[in-house]
Amino acid sequence: MENNYILEMENITKEFPGVKALDNVQLKVRKGTVHALMGENGAGKSTLMKIIIGMYTPDKGRMIFDGTEIKLTNIHDGLDRGISMIHQELSPIPEMTVAENIFLGREPTTFGGFIDRKKLTSMTLDLLKSIGINIDPNLKMKELSIANTQMIEIAKAISFNSKLVIMDEPTSAITEKEVAQLFRVIKSLKEKNVGIIYITHKMSELYEIADDISVFRDGKYIGTERAEKLNKEDLIKMMVGRELTQLFHKPKSKFGDVVLSVQNLSANGHFQDVSFEVRKGEILGFAGLMGSGRTEILEAIFGLRNPDQGEIHIHGKRVNIKSPQDAVKNHLGFLTEDRKLSGLFLPLGVGDNMITVHIDNYVTKGFLNKNRIKSDCLKKKEQLLIKTPSLEQAVANLSGGNQQKVLLARWLLKNPDILFLDEPTRGIDVGAKSEFYDLIFDLANQGKAIIVVSSEMVEILGLCDRIAVMHEGHLAGELTRKEATQELIMHLATGHSLDELDNKLEVMESILT
Amino acid sequence: MSANIENIKQNPLNDKQLLKGRSKNVMQKYGILLVLLFLCVLMWILTPHFLTVTNLVNIVRQMSTIGIIAIGVTPIIITKGIDLSSGSLVALVSVIVASFAQGNYPLLIPILMAVVVGVAVGLINGTIIAKGLLAPFIATLGMMTAARGAAMLYSDGRPIGGLSESFKFIGQGTILGIPVPVIIFALVGVATWIILNKTKIGKYIYAIGGNEHAAVTAGINVKKVLILVYAYAGLLAGLAGMTLTSRIASGQPQSGLMFELDAIAATVIGGTSLFGGIGTIGGTIIGALIIGVVNNGLDLMGVSSYWQQIVKGAIIVAAVYVDSRKNRTK
Repeated sequence: MENNYILEMENITKEFPGVKALDNVQLKVRKGTVHALMGENGAGKSTLMKIIIGMYTPDKGRMIFDGTEIKLTNIHDGLDRGISMIHQELSPIPEMTVAENIFLGREPTTFGGFIDRKKLTSMTLDLLKSIGINIDPNLKMKELSIANTQMIEIAKAISFNSKLVIMDEPTSAITEKEVAQLFRVIKSLKEKNVGIIYITHKMSELYEIADDISVFRDGKYIGTERAEKLNKEDLIKMMVGRELTQLFHKPKSKFGDVVLSVQNLSANGHFQDVSFEVRKGEILGFAGLMGSGRTEILEAIFGLRNPDQGEIHIHGKRVNIKSPQDAVKNHLGFLTEDRKLSGLFLPLGVGDNMITVHIDNYVTKGFLNKNRIKSDCLKKKEQLLIKTPSLEQAVANLSGGNQQKVLLARWLLKNPDILFLDEPTRGIDVGAKSEFYDLIFDLANQGKAIIVVSSEMVEILGLCDRIAVMHEGHLAGELTRKEATQELIMHLATGHSLDELDNKLEVMESILT
Repeated sequence: MSANIENIKQNPLNDKQLLKGRSKNVMQKYGILLVLLFLCVLMWILTPHFLTVTNLVNIVRQMSTIGIIAIGVTPIIITKGIDLSSGSLVALVSVIVASFAQGNYPLLIPILMAVVVGVAVGLINGTIIAKGLLAPFIATLGMMTAARGAAMLYSDGRPIGGLSESFKFIGQGTILGIPVPVIIFALVGVATWIILNKTKIGKYIYAIGGNEHAAVTAGINVKKVLILVYAYAGLLAGLAGMTLTSRIASGQPQSGLMFELDAIAATVIGGTSLFGGIGTIGGTIIGALIIGVVNNGLDLMGVSSYWQQIVKGAIIVAAVYVDSRKNRTK
């Protein structure tokens, strides 16, 4: 009986310290098909891929490749058997040519041991032609566009005569035309009976290219379906595990006094003339495209960046914040955008990561009171449901969601009146996200004034009582929770005014009636 | 044990990890101590004279100068910095202190001079680095050259002798049978351990080494901490220079050559990570003792000092290799 599957992963489990990345999952890829892998960040997709290519070894489980059970110990092992992967982050050697990059370490040689350039070029030409790409093999990689670099990576993956090619978000950096080209390449691979695992977040291309769809969530296998039998709504439900709207609470509408008021704040080159207020218990959202100045405003208020002009009032008093120390003294807290870059002390323990801001409170006669530190940190650990074996565990070993909670705990110990949350749920799984949203609502109910910057529309719309939309450093408009829709936010964020929209609507209405 | 069981109960999923983590921690915590004990046993087998009280005290006394410097360098390396100037600073302090230890100055004056010169040089290092003018490597490399030159200039390139008996007590005397340098070494070790483990500034030092950017965002005055850390290293290098000068009973502009590298070696062998955020004073003291035991044991066996350098080099490389492996597995 001929085996229909190129790859069968069975009962795969992989644990990292403190995190179960994969819990008894399976995946079966049919020959000559595209098998799409869907799931939120942290669902375990990339861990599974790293196991398939031989980068990680699973703690438990079987891997059957082309009918025989195998155990991979390293990436070369995988490549030799015909498993290759196109990584999301491209890693070309910019100073070398296209041909040299593709056949790096496998160059054809002459008798003398020198590289046979003619053969190298012709091999590359053949390879590129076989997948319909027209690129000069002797161009240097640095001369290629990102899209063409991507194509070369694909050619390289195929050049190993792979029976299984893994593509991790291959279209994230290329244009529609190039996507079409990529899909042609994929179709020609299918005809050669190659199995393809395709990771993407884009629904539209998913239905265009995928034969089968498998969904993962929180390290668990949810299910596999033929693409034509699975509609979008069901797919989202599988991925998220519940309706997205269930993640958010009922909003409230009564707020206290103005806690933070910003007037005409400018930082040249980043944002101009920004004014806004936040009240006690209110959640203000900052929406806008990348680089619209959202983060920079928070940084300027927090003393991480010098504003050129403008006034900041906290609790009605004008303040002059020159450094984060001043900001902390003025009851501000800032959960920054990139937790690894500007938040975590990775080598240090969970407890040491928590106490940084509030440490003054634990000093008696010059010495730290370890017992009080421990009991306070344990309280926060329980309150925020931080999963860690101990407070001494290096924070580097925690999952993204738990790391983020440790950073929130750092600020909550200090108990600031105003809390800035910059991309608070970036890169954390959906379960942790919903817990995080609960925490944010709790904090607002306790009377904290909260500012959220987020690129996720659902998050902004679900969390915020009021939404300020930025466009190229200017405040393009402010929307209340009732007014705000995804379309309206995008409208403002792309530089159109609300009046313009009203006009348009009137015009449309007049045409319709 | 009961705490252990409780932990496991609270985290049924993670008990395996927990135990694994524990045993790894034990190796990380006590591994270097085991190496020291192993070396001691080895030396004892090879040369029976090694394990006498006199010899052991001798090892600690010999290592006290490097040890004191290394204890000062440890916080610097924990902040991801480096100090190459400590050896030259020893020389500069040596000649200045010696000139104030001649004749009738009270003992307090040379001690004060050691402190003042050490802290001053450390403050200059720290200020340049904290203001972000230069990287620690370059700033202290410059200071290494300049301080050596200053020592030559001050002493005209000649040793300064004729030190008072009271001053010689610092390096040569004993209290209750324990050499004074060993007592200073121990006191400095305890003080620094307290600073790193029991005070706010200690936590800040680890935080800055763990992630300087995050430390700034968390409202830590990073500049102030860095200046203090380098000033403290200067202070300890000053004390080391004073002790050495007293022990050899003369101010030497050529003294302290390569001491900065021995001190860094002791620190790194003791488990302090050059990547920052990780390191202990206990480790550094053990690191210094390992170097001392190896030197002493090879001396007793009559191995040439050239071979000793090669062995020391191998130990340093091995220690850094282990450190980089540890970091990579994360």
